[in-house]
Amino acid sequence: MGPGMLRLLLKGLAPPLTEPVPAPSEVALRELAGAVDRAARGTLGRSLSIRHVDAGSCNGCELEIHALNNAIYNIERFGIRFVASPRHADVLLVTGPVTKNMREALQRTYDATPHPKWVVALGDCARDGGCFAGSPAVIGGVSKVVPVDLHIAGCPPPPIEILRGLLALLQPGTR
Amino acid sequence: MAAATLTDVILAGAPVPHHGPWPRVVVRPEGWADATELLAEGRATLLGLWGDGGWMHMALAGGENDIGVLSLECVGGRYPSVGQRHRPALRLERAARDLFGLEPEGNPDARPWLDHGVWGVRHPLGSPAKTTDAAPPYPFLTAEGEGLHQIAVGPVHAGIIEPGHFRFTANGETIVRLEERLGYVHKGIEGLMAGADLDRAARLAGRVSGDSTVAYGLAFARAVEAAWHADVPPRAVWLRALMAELERLANHLGDIGEICNDAAFALMHAHTGVLRERVLRASDLAFGHRLMRDRIVPGGLAGDIAEGGPAAIRALVDEIARVFPALVELYDDTASLRDRTVTTGTLDPALALEYGAGGYVGRASGRDADARRSPGYPPYDELAFAVPSREAGDVDARVWIRIEEVTESLSLVRQILDRLPAGPVRADPAPPPSIREGMAIVEGFRGDILVWVRTGADGRVERCHLRDPSWFQWPLLEAVVEGNIVADFPLCNKSFNCSYSGHDL
Repeated sequence: MGPGMLRLLLKGLAPPLTEPVPAPSEVALRELAGAVDRAARGTLGRSLSIRHVDAGSCNGCELEIHALNNAIYNIERFGIRFVASPRHADVLLVTGPVTKNMREALQRTYDATPHPKWVVALGDCARDGGCFAGSPAVIGGVSKVVPVDLHIAGCPPPPIEILRGLLALLQPGTR
Repeated sequence: MAAATLTDVILAGAPVPHHGPWPRVVVRPEGWADATELLAEGRATLLGLWGDGGWMHMALAGGENDIGVLSLECVGGRYPSVGQRHRPALRLERAARDLFGLEPEGNPDARPWLDHGVWGVRHPLGSPAKTTDAAPPYPFLTAEGEGLHQIAVGPVHAGIIEPGHFRFTANGETIVRLEERLGYVHKGIEGLMAGADLDRAARLAGRVSGDSTVAYGLAFARAVEAAWHADVPPRAVWLRALMAELERLANHLGDIGEICNDAAFALMHAHTGVLRERVLRASDLAFGHRLMRDRIVPGGLAGDIAEGGPAAIRALVDEIARVFPALVELYDDTASLRDRTVTTGTLDPALALEYGAGGYVGRASGRDADARRSPGYPPYDELAFAVPSREAGDVDARVWIRIEEVTESLSLVRQILDRLPAGPVRADPAPPPSIREGMAIVEGFRGDILVWVRTGADGRVERCHLRDPSWFQWPLLEAVVEGNIVADFPLCNKSFNCSYSGHDL
């Protein structure tokens, strides 16, 4: 590969690729307005460290969470980043209907996350089990295991909707 | 003395009526044993093994389109283990034992697989019995020697990944043994399928593994259509293939970047991430959903392609065709990256053959198989495409298979758009008056997906089994990491990219 081609590849990622900043989700802002820990949320500052937990997802939600890190959504420009340990996290982003086989792991991950912390339940099955509700192998919704602050709907939610929900968490008015 | 061929075993069995497109026969234990010998001798490939009430079914391929399903009644809830002679069956038998309570006599592994002891019920698809016990400990296989230590990873991993547990035994940096423990995302999909109407069953099938939602939708629809002898309008057949190739493109582009990213080469990841996003946006524009979920239904499609869809997809493939060669060159020319992928995680072609490993895992280790070509299904018989195959079997070879398949899929998308027939996209099939059974094998991006379905007189699903390609790839990951360093495990794992959800069901 010549230096010309490498330059071209690097140039191909110049800022015009990036999606314009979306408005925070109104639905999310309404759900968060009722949160009791508004004062605590002020301590977050303008950044969020997120630990993702798959609690039984079909992996569709994971694909769209991944997309947030691509050059188009570029989520780190908002001060939002994914971290490897719950010890480093402000937010747990939980997907899936919560299988019984993942209940303990979810609970332990929550317990390992320091206060103040928030839980975002991502996708339709994280709300109430979605189409897996009623199976003897699933619990049916994240809030049945750990307290949930925000739900983001969709199957899976498109990245822009996940972003709008997370931006609502960062809004000064909701903190 | 083993029977000569799978055909002989099938001819010796009692045919079950209304099963399509391949035969299903009831066999006696001798027939079951003959088939097991065929597998053990490498003269047949195991396609699936699943429970159904008090029966076990085994799907095999004996050769080109020589496919059949053998059924054995499990007298007293027991049947002779296939896995004791043919390793790829071991986990399938453990799963069937957990779900149905059917005991594979001779299977050397008595441990549960999907059942972690917390469902509150035993044998949920057989004769369910309530349980109240706490989760029992799971004894991992041992490795003994001076200086060996264990590393426990998961089920919650350090990235945006599905959950599973990996138990490494290492000597310094070198992996001596890896044992997987899966089942964490078991949702009981096959239980939910029982009694579901076709709409709900199709939605469930599309949620077995989200990255393969098109392929699963297609496999389920084709299984029902085979059972009901339903015709699908030509336009729907071609649009289904268009969606399937878009799904393959999106996943391969994502994988190529992620594998490189696991070797700390972020530039490739950045570029393929953009291309993948372009595929999803064009898919959204054309079909109304970024992953094209719930678009394929038995009888055709839920809706036609949007008016601007074909033009958007043409623009997409033109852009990828323009950018991709430079990325391939970047991969090929970056010595520090190739240094990580070449000779890392090498899969012996003999193992790939034994396990009937599908997709890039099999094809990178010399297995020349692709369900689009054999057994084949329309419209691929009218399309020109090559099935790449390599011998090296390492991470590098699995990257190259994906690279070559991206090029093939771009060509397929263009061919499909050039020849897309006009007409309706849906012909709702009429439920037959009695029980029908059908099976389909579809090539997803990761390999061959098998769906077997039985519908009742009311047109509802009685039993549906969905076998992900990962069943025959996960065990091979354990084999390929042996002797590699722990730090190369993510690279090996990503190059396999097995589905947890598809496996756990």
